[in-house]
Amino acid sequence: YSSGVLPTLLLTYVPKENNFPSFLVYTESQNYLAVQPKSKKTLTKSGVKNIVVVEGVRIPFLQSGTSYADLMPHDLARAALQGLLNRTSVPREVVDYIVYGTVIQEVKTSNVAREAALGAGFSDKTPAHTVTMACISSNQAMTTGVGMIAAGQCDVVVAGGVELMSDVPIRHSRKMRKTMLTLNRAKTLGQKLSLLSKIRPDYFAPELPAVAEFSTSETMGHSADRLAAAFAVSRLEQDEYALRSHTLAKKAQDGGLLLDVVPFKVPGKDTVTKDNGIRPSSMEQMGKLKPAFVKPYGTVTAANSSFLTDGASAVLLMSEEKALAMGYKPKAYLRDFVYVSQDPKDQLLLGPTYATPKVLEKAGLTMADIDVFEFHEAFAGQILANLKAMDSDWFAQNYMGRKSKVGAPPLEKFNTWGGSLSLGHPFAATGCRLVMTTAHSLKKEGGQYGLVAACAAGGQVRHSLLLSLSARVP
Amino acid sequence: LDDLLQGFILEGFFSHCIMTQDELNFIVKLPCLLGSWFMVLICCFQVNTLSKQLSSEFTDIMNEIWANEAVKSAVLISSKPGSFIAGADLDMIEACKTSQEVAQLSQEGQKMLEKIEQSPKPVVAAISGSCLGGGLELAIACHYRIATKEKKTVLATPEVLLGLLPGAGGTQRLPKMVGLPAAFDIMLTGRNIRADRAKKMGLVDQLVDPLGPGVKSPEARTIEYLEEVAIDFARGLANRTVSAKRSKGLMQKLTDYAMAVPFVRQQVYKTVENKVRKQTKGLYPAPLKIIETVKAGLDQGHDAGYLAESQNFGQLAVTKESKALLGLYRGQVYCKKNKFGTPQQEVKTLAVLGAGLMGAGIAQVSVDKGLKTILKDTAQQGLDRGQQQVFKGLNSKVKKKSLTSFERDSILSNLTGQLDYKGFEKADMVIEAVFEDINIKHKVLKEVEAVIPAHCVFASNTSALPISQIAAVSKRPEKVIGMHYFSPVDRMQLLEIITTDKTSQDTAASAVAVGLKQGKIVIVVKDGPGFYTTRCLGPMLAEVVRVLQEGTDPKKIDAISTAFGFPVGAATLIDEVGVDVATHVAEDLGKAFGERFGGGSIELFKLMVEKGFLGRKAGKGFYIYQEGVKNRSVNSGMDEILARFKLPAKPEVCTDEDIQMRLVTRFVNEAAMCLQEGILSSPVEGDIGAVFGLGFPPCLGGPFRYVDSYGAKQLVDKLRKYEAVYGSQFTPCQLLLDYANNPSKKFHQ
Repeated sequence: YSSGVLPTLLLTYVPKENNFPSFLVYTESQNYLAVQPKSKKTLTKSGVKNIVVVEGVRIPFLQSGTSYADLMPHDLARAALQGLLNRTSVPREVVDYIVYGTVIQEVKTSNVAREAALGAGFSDKTPAHTVTMACISSNQAMTTGVGMIAAGQCDVVVAGGVELMSDVPIRHSRKMRKTMLTLNRAKTLGQKLSLLSKIRPDYFAPELPAVAEFSTSETMGHSADRLAAAFAVSRLEQDEYALRSHTLAKKAQDGGLLLDVVPFKVPGKDTVTKDNGIRPSSMEQMGKLKPAFVKPYGTVTAANSSFLTDGASAVLLMSEEKALAMGYKPKAYLRDFVYVSQDPKDQLLLGPTYATPKVLEKAGLTMADIDVFEFHEAFAGQILANLKAMDSDWFAQNYMGRKSKVGAPPLEKFNTWGGSLSLGHPFAATGCRLVMTTAHSLKKEGGQYGLVAACAAGGQVRHSLLLSLSARVP
Repeated sequence: LDDLLQGFILEGFFSHCIMTQDELNFIVKLPCLLGSWFMVLICCFQVNTLSKQLSSEFTDIMNEIWANEAVKSAVLISSKPGSFIAGADLDMIEACKTSQEVAQLSQEGQKMLEKIEQSPKPVVAAISGSCLGGGLELAIACHYRIATKEKKTVLATPEVLLGLLPGAGGTQRLPKMVGLPAAFDIMLTGRNIRADRAKKMGLVDQLVDPLGPGVKSPEARTIEYLEEVAIDFARGLANRTVSAKRSKGLMQKLTDYAMAVPFVRQQVYKTVENKVRKQTKGLYPAPLKIIETVKAGLDQGHDAGYLAESQNFGQLAVTKESKALLGLYRGQVYCKKNKFGTPQQEVKTLAVLGAGLMGAGIAQVSVDKGLKTILKDTAQQGLDRGQQQVFKGLNSKVKKKSLTSFERDSILSNLTGQLDYKGFEKADMVIEAVFEDINIKHKVLKEVEAVIPAHCVFASNTSALPISQIAAVSKRPEKVIGMHYFSPVDRMQLLEIITTDKTSQDTAASAVAVGLKQGKIVIVVKDGPGFYTTRCLGPMLAEVVRVLQEGTDPKKIDAISTAFGFPVGAATLIDEVGVDVATHVAEDLGKAFGERFGGGSIELFKLMVEKGFLGRKAGKGFYIYQEGVKNRSVNSGMDEILARFKLPAKPEVCTDEDIQMRLVTRFVNEAAMCLQEGILSSPVEGDIGAVFGLGFPPCLGGPFRYVDSYGAKQLVDKLRKYEAVYGSQFTPCQLLLDYANNPSKKFHQ
């Protein structure tokens, strides 16, 4: 981390995190499983179809401004969708529906799902829509798909998410836009000239996309720094955690564990085969960085935050019976999910703490039952604050209305293949990565249940929705 | 050896801790023996006023800091939630008998703070909550200031509002710190400066954001975090990794450069002085003394400056203006308490009837404080206007950046505008602000009582109709009360609550609680025509009319009354109130009180109403009001009316001073009569009501304090003099006569 560039990048990071979907990914059945499951519990619900993840892929996640810099969002989405088609060979007419997530919308392709699907070779008879829910947009895409299948409306749904932070829409000022729009309606030359004569230098000041939470005007990094301080998370702890993330990601990358990555031949450039943000550093080097948000005494730096990333991901969801009928060996069941939301100011990044116990209770499981935890790492400080909150009786009693704490997940089961801090965080594409990592990890470890959690910006929703989802490894 | 030394030092401090903890003024903490020898001493205030005792103990601790080799720096912080130090102990100043004694106090304060300023070991002030007066002076004597960016953190020198000046080096340090113009602004207005603004001005060096919930409550953890950050900086200052020097902006550098030129400085003094003279009419000595003191320091040097500060502080403290303002301050504190206790049921949903100027104003100050508010009117047009007024009121706060647009929207979501009585079954209180007509009031009372729940309070916002008369048609008169707001509601601080014989204690408790929640200063008076405030105003306005009839023109009357200290001229006041309203009230009160409320001819008002000269709202009254025109001109249409009602002037009572006294004595006499009749329960409430509701000159402290300082006997003599000319309107009431006969009797002891 050279301290020159990254802090600036962090400032332009669009801070959109607040709802924490927590996915539960379980395994259960013996049908396709060689490993003997630990528990007999299947989590199958009577009257509800079992829904499975057949396969999932993502293009490599790159730091913004690198190889994907000249592309458009739908190009990345197209690559991920094509990768999914190639890997699964699913006949395109079988796909009933496509749902895609995105956060910073490219106005030319506002329904990016449809544009990407057409370009990726899906049938033009397959409808597609785009969803947005800040950093959990692809989680929202997946649960939308789950809902469609569960309701019996579809059998096969493709879900995914894309984000291109290399290029974001920058608008003319409102005054300028108003003048330009009025100009369209001006009929005579006189009218036009009189309109043009009203333009003042300040009309040319561009409007950058919001770098702050709309309701509180606070940037995400700033909020993370305050959260870390509230839970007394030190700079040292944060740097250590960030280093762990990078080290584990490097190990996973080198060990060929990141099975969801598909290569992407970028037009005019070389084929991209792996994530480029993984850079294990040293504590000394990380310690040299200055705080990026709360200056000069804060603890969140460029090195212990996730960076601006370009990327896209996609998963293939089916009802279990359809998958089996088509001869697929599904990777996991998607089970319960919960969305919650909290106060957007002081608890913006505390979603996983609220969501995790809820989804466990819904499924009738405890923390001890979970074999793999995949939490979205927006900031090291945010992850550590959540772990402390989950481990605090005081917090559980005073803020969550619980008698006692849920307990923090054991680190040996937690983000063991790296996380958003090291792999990158293309907002809307992260959800699918979390689910696929969980599925692959469960299979490798012979585990049965996995839990996915993430936070997202917003706060405009006060009422609780949280998402968590369960699947099981075949 | 290190361990031994540490033990020794700890023990030394520990004994000090125990000593001071008994007094509950300080806790001294020795937090961080980090690594080897780096110690930051934390000095935690347990009280929020600077008293003599605190000063001496504090000096002891500072001495220990300087003497002890191991201590490298210190942090000053308060353990009192919501305040750093909220100022000097006012009792301590009031207890002084002479100006020399007060000057002595000031000198002690100056010395103590100078010692901190000159300390070779850096001292950091960690500020959360109010940092006022002496508290701010203490903070700016430190080498570094860190403040929490919370709404409750405010810095100010409110001394001027008490007729004083910052007497512990503030007048000398502030100009150096923030520049001359900004320092004058801070000291002459006494206004509150929020932390972020203070940072921009250079008054504080670092800001700390308040924290949300963590493993402790947000408040507790925020203070702890502030302390941690302050310790970091204290350590940094001591080992020179942090510099206390502030980088000044270009503007400030330029200003400082300009202010270094004596000629420029003289011009600034002159401009500020002229402005002050114009605004205070020479009635308030404190602002001029502040300018003089600052001047002494800048032009004649350090010693002269500090000497002038303590001397002037002493002189100001014994002025009657200062005593009057201090009395108002104490009265305000008194009127911010609910003497009826906590109501049985907290008011959460409030309904306001009538979306006019008053109704919408009441809705605004209620919804603003988190009350769920229904605003009901009978016509869509009126309702729209009212809702727009609330929006505009809140939006102006957004423009001033004291509210975000998100907060505004979320506040407004608690406001429901409607034309029917839907939802009234959930209302805890209904305040009616419909037209001032007893029949309409009766009609809405009956309508409302048919839909509200049993516990709901019915309050009437009327300025003159007796509440018992309104309550006459009520099925539950114990739940009926008067709440008299003043226009414009969002700016006027006073709320006059009127109880009838039948009003229950709990109803009163509810009304006061709502008023306090709305941020009002509340006085509670007994029912009667005109209650207290309107009743006092009545005779004075009648006298204004007589003076007009005697040939004094409106501009002259305004000049005479503002010269006496009224913020608004007497003729302008009538325009503001509305001539129709004044006529209405004068007629009602005239019927109730008879001859005593006579004087000017009410027919003059009636003719004005007939001609449409209703005052500001109609664009024409005594003056002509035009949008965007600042210097309004006298309405020439009035000449004919005034000529028609012309009375011969009586030269023996028509000097400027006599005119002033004719207005004021009638006001004061009526106020005393309210106390005599038991309408008022105390002189304090009378003073507060007159100053905050009617603009009685604050430098006089209210009618009762004015009697005390002017002398009841002298006042009665004046009344007798005018009585001889005009008759019974000036007959002094029995209470005043009692006080006049016994010079030791005072309304305020």
